[in-house]
Amino acid sequence: MNNILKKSSSFYDVYERRPGADKLTTTYCPGCGHGVLHKLIAEALDDFGVRDKTIFISPVGCSVFAFYYFHTGNVQVAHGRAPAVATGIKRAHPHSVVISYQGDGDLAAIGIAEIMHAANRGEGITVFFVNNAIYGMTGGQMAPTTLIGQKTMTTPRGRTVKNEGFPICMSEIIATLKAPVFVERVMIGDTKSTMHTRQTVRKALKLQIEKNAFTFIEVLAACPSNMKMTPSRSKQWVKEVLADNFPLGVKKDISEEFEPKDLSRVVVKNSELHDALNLETAKVDSEKIAPYREKMINEEIKVAGFGGQGVLSLGTVLSEMGMRHNYEVSWLPSYGPEMRGGTANCSVKISKKKIGSPLVANPTVLIAMNRPSLDKFEHDVISGGLIVYDDSLIDRKPVRDDVEVIAIPATKLADDLGNTKAANMVIVGALIEYKDLMSQEVVLESLGDVLKRKNLVELNQKAIIRGAEFIKNLKK
Amino acid sequence: MAKQFLKGNEAVVKGAILAGCRAYYGYPITPASEIAHAAAMYMPICGGTFIQAESEVAAINMVYGAASAGERVMTASSGPGISLKQEGVSYCAGSELPCVIVDIVRGGPGLGNIAPEQSDYNQVVKGGGHGNYKVIVLAPNSVQEMCDLGMLAFDLADKYRNPVYVLTDGFIGQMMEPVEFPEPIEKIPEKSWVVKGTDETSNNLITSIELDPDDLERHNQKLQQKYAIVKEQEQRAEEYRTDDAEIILIGYGIVSRILQTVVDKLREEGVKAGMLRPITLFPFPTKSMTKLAKSAKFFLTVEMSNGQLVDDVRLIIEGKIPVYLYNRMGGNVPSIKEIHDEVMKLMRLS
Repeated sequence: MNNILKKSSSFYDVYERRPGADKLTTTYCPGCGHGVLHKLIAEALDDFGVRDKTIFISPVGCSVFAFYYFHTGNVQVAHGRAPAVATGIKRAHPHSVVISYQGDGDLAAIGIAEIMHAANRGEGITVFFVNNAIYGMTGGQMAPTTLIGQKTMTTPRGRTVKNEGFPICMSEIIATLKAPVFVERVMIGDTKSTMHTRQTVRKALKLQIEKNAFTFIEVLAACPSNMKMTPSRSKQWVKEVLADNFPLGVKKDISEEFEPKDLSRVVVKNSELHDALNLETAKVDSEKIAPYREKMINEEIKVAGFGGQGVLSLGTVLSEMGMRHNYEVSWLPSYGPEMRGGTANCSVKISKKKIGSPLVANPTVLIAMNRPSLDKFEHDVISGGLIVYDDSLIDRKPVRDDVEVIAIPATKLADDLGNTKAANMVIVGALIEYKDLMSQEVVLESLGDVLKRKNLVELNQKAIIRGAEFIKNLKK
Repeated sequence: MAKQFLKGNEAVVKGAILAGCRAYYGYPITPASEIAHAAAMYMPICGGTFIQAESEVAAINMVYGAASAGERVMTASSGPGISLKQEGVSYCAGSELPCVIVDIVRGGPGLGNIAPEQSDYNQVVKGGGHGNYKVIVLAPNSVQEMCDLGMLAFDLADKYRNPVYVLTDGFIGQMMEPVEFPEPIEKIPEKSWVVKGTDETSNNLITSIELDPDDLERHNQKLQQKYAIVKEQEQRAEEYRTDDAEIILIGYGIVSRILQTVVDKLREEGVKAGMLRPITLFPFPTKSMTKLAKSAKFFLTVEMSNGQLVDDVRLIIEGKIPVYLYNRMGGNVPSIKEIHDEVMKLMRLS
């Protein structure tokens, strides 16, 4: 019989964190449901021997100071966000027992997104949802669970369907989701219902401890102070009125068939991280790039065309190949909606000097793959610069007479190779040949490292060679 | 050293993982989404967690949870998403939780656009959420620095138990450059104050609530003392050709890359120009700034916002020399020519 009188060891003996002189009683009002529920939880933690493993999340609301009492790891959180915080904790420490404890405003109003999604992910946490149909901490305002006709500070004439809608039934909503394992609404009313609640609390916590299951326990409880009732009258109200509006009972239970959820993470050694992150070193063949070591390259290239023509990858291939020749390089795309449909362009800089602005406003080289791009950028090219355009798609010649011009039927040449999409690589081959920017051998060798789609490497190598041949023939 | 050609948004994630970060919680938003893509790709296979949260608000609170649990954790977003996260950042600062937030700034206000801007300066550097708090703010200007400063962010966050931002613009996030990645850190520092679901941590409490005004004032004073140490010890800035400079151009992020080219051009023309680039925006690099003000004729602050950075420069300079502003907004990036012409105009005036 001694045990009955002993305070749970999951509570502090003395509530040192509580300000003021009284360190032995709680801050809860007489008749409040929180105190009883705290006790049921604490005793379960004792009996299961998981006090030290437990991390208790105190919400905003009357239970904001739950950490005064629970001798567990404690985290106090923002209004409504306990299930999100619980997610972060449980994912970090899958072995821990995480309790997300919330009131009706916290869970069903400001935090409804967080509880829905934590439940839907089936986080391995236990949620205790105390529904007393009113905001206690802030002084008796309407909760999302306030009953029709119930008077509160913000429904002074009683809650109406017309103005505030109906009380929200969270347990029933949560039970519609696939991931939750056990959902029940219980109450703290008379002794019998409280003893049933005790069993439910234990079942929920056990399902977390043994199976990492998501469980949701809604506890109907009294708020005598804000209901302006005596403690005993308020308990009567919970039993007769609140439980009449929020039907008690199990809303979902798949605990028997639910397989324990393994939340452990893969273990990766530090020595394996570079491989996991795909950080292979770009190979530089110093002998092959030797002829380019002294070249004073300083190209500012604008590549433009339709989305889907490989404009951006033309730029990345040029830049990556530049990097393999020990040039300084940068690549900057036009991004966002511009990329979807419409035209795309990117700025590429390849230089012996450190690159300042990556944006190319006045290109030394314009690569125009469609007519709108030639129209848009032709006049930005510096005097003495170069315009490379695809004359199989563009029906006019550049008008500038102070620049060099290469007309190359890139799309047609790519078609001849069997794939229109290789037009961009035809242009890469042409440009590096014309400008003698890089070693074709190095470019062809590295293409497999640079291209994401490995099945297209051979085709693109041919396209580069074809582009270079086109220039050689022009030069003849 | 592994050298790779990749986007700023990807480099910051790879750097983070090398710095021991094993948790990413975020919500997609252009132009920051590639950060989430990379985290989704690499976190799980490197032994970490990635969750696409239901909202920006949920994401920062998952960060709050992971930081409470002692993980190195990050999130990323852009303007509107950062606005939503601010309550959570205030809680992190109040509860002294180390975490890293990457902000790839886009055009605002409201939905604005997705082009690069620097208009989150005030909402990030000044704290942004409620209460007397500060966050450390690092401002990379290259893809290499997205890795390097991203890694530093985790160290500073743990050192000071404080949120650290990596603040940059859509250009730095979206551009690709070569990056040399270092070896991973040996292990993250031990944190005795976290909750781990263990015997030793079962008496620990993470909280920002202090009901008693005297207690809360003491907590605030402790935070202010921490920020004072940060101000003293963590200022970082790059000076470019400032030795004999009479004209100092000031800018961070992508702007500083443009300013560097402008300075070179001005120097070629015989103008003694230099650049000061704040690398830390909080702490603001007051030491470099006051030193340069002694010999400069004027400062020109260039920013992609409505004069947010220049306010801080003027506070430091206190009218000792003229501090001018040249700015663009809406996602427009100032050109080399525009800035050059502005300098020429100001030289004629002074």
